[in-house]
Amino acid sequence: MRSLEIGDDCLVLAQRLAEWVTYAPTLEEDVALANLSLDLLGQARALLSRVGDEDELAYLREPSAFRNCLLVEQPNGDFAHTVVRHLLYSAFLFELYGGHPEDDVAAKGVKELAYHRDYAALWAVRLGKGTEESHRRMSAALETLWPFTAELFEDEPELRRPWDAYVGRVLAEAALAVPECAQRSGGRKGEHTEHLGALLSELQVLHREHVGARW
Amino acid sequence: MVTDVEDARRRAAAVPDPELPVVTLGDLGVIRDVRERDGGLEVVITPTYSGCPAMDAIRADIERAVPGATVTTVLAPAWSTDWITDEGREKLRVHGISPPRRLQRAPGEGPVALELTARCPRCGSTRARLVSRYGSTSCKALFTCQDCLEPFDHFKEI
Repeated sequence: MRSLEIGDDCLVLAQRLAEWVTYAPTLEEDVALANLSLDLLGQARALLSRVGDEDELAYLREPSAFRNCLLVEQPNGDFAHTVVRHLLYSAFLFELYGGHPEDDVAAKGVKELAYHRDYAALWAVRLGKGTEESHRRMSAALETLWPFTAELFEDEPELRRPWDAYVGRVLAEAALAVPECAQRSGGRKGEHTEHLGALLSELQVLHREHVGARW
Repeated sequence: MVTDVEDARRRAAAVPDPELPVVTLGDLGVIRDVRERDGGLEVVITPTYSGCPAMDAIRADIERAVPGATVTTVLAPAWSTDWITDEGREKLRVHGISPPRRLQRAPGEGPVALELTARCPRCGSTRARLVSRYGSTSCKALFTCQDCLEPFDHFKEI
C-alpha cells in the first residue's frame, strides 16, 4: 500500500470532517462526524509514521508536497456534499484496505471503514429519497464531486469495478443518477485545487507559529 | 519495580479503561502480551480503534501500575469485540451499556455484516431503535428503548 498517498488522504479528510465539530445539523451527526474523523486520523498517523516523522509530515509540508487525491480536499459544503464525498471515498478505501489483509493498518482500518461506508450510504438513501430539497442538494453534490472520482483509481484500476458496483447500488437506491462529466486529477503529483492551501493553513498554523511547543 | 511476569500481567489487566472505568484493560482484551525483554518487562497493548484517543492515558496508567515496564503498541491482529471477556460484558450491561454480540468469525474472514441490533440493558426489551451509528465514542452506537424509553449505548461489533 502507498503509505504517503493514503496517509495524506486520511489526514486531509480527517481535518475536513473535524471542521464540522460544533456545526453539524444535529448533535448525533456532530458526534458521528467527529468519530469518522478520529478513525481516519488514527490511520493517517500510522501510515505517515512509516514514511517519516508524523508531525513534520503533517505540519511542515507545503501543499504541493501533499499527495492526497483531490476528492478529500474538497470543501464540506452542505451536509449533502459531506455525505457524498464520504460515500465516494470510504467506498474506495474500504476496497483498498480489504485487498491488503497482510497490512496491519489496512486490516484494522477495513473494519472501521465498513461502518464509514454504511453511515454514508444510509444518509445518501435517506436524503436522495427524502424531500425535493434534499434530493436537489444530493444531486448538486454528486455533480460537484463526481469529477474527482477517476483519480482514485489511477494507481488501483482493479478497484474500480467493485467500487462501481457498490456506489452504483447505493445511488440507484437513493434515486440519484451518476453524472456524466469531465474528470480532474493531479493530487497524487502535488497539483492541488486551491482548497488544500486554506485547509493546511488552519491545520498547521499553531505548529508553525509556536515552534517546538508541547501540550 | 515489578520483575515477575505473572504479577505484571495481573497488574496491567486490572488497570481500568480510562473512558469506561467499569471495565478493566483485561476485560476489554486490550492487553495482548506481558513478557520479559532486554532484562525488563514489556506490556504489549492494542487499540480498540485506530484513532482511540485514550491510548496515551492507557500507556501512562500501565506504566504507573507496573513500575519499570515498557509499553508497546501493536495493530495486528486487529482488536475485536469478541476479545471482551464474559465478565467484561456483564460489567458493561450492569453499567447500562448493551454489550456486543459475538461475531465468531474465522480470522481474516473480512469485515462485519452490519446489522445493528441491541437489547435494552435496563429492561431487556429487544424493541430498540437505532438513533445514531456513532455514540459517545467510536466504539459505541446510540439506541433508544421503545418499551422503557431509555436511551442507551451499544458496544458495536467489530
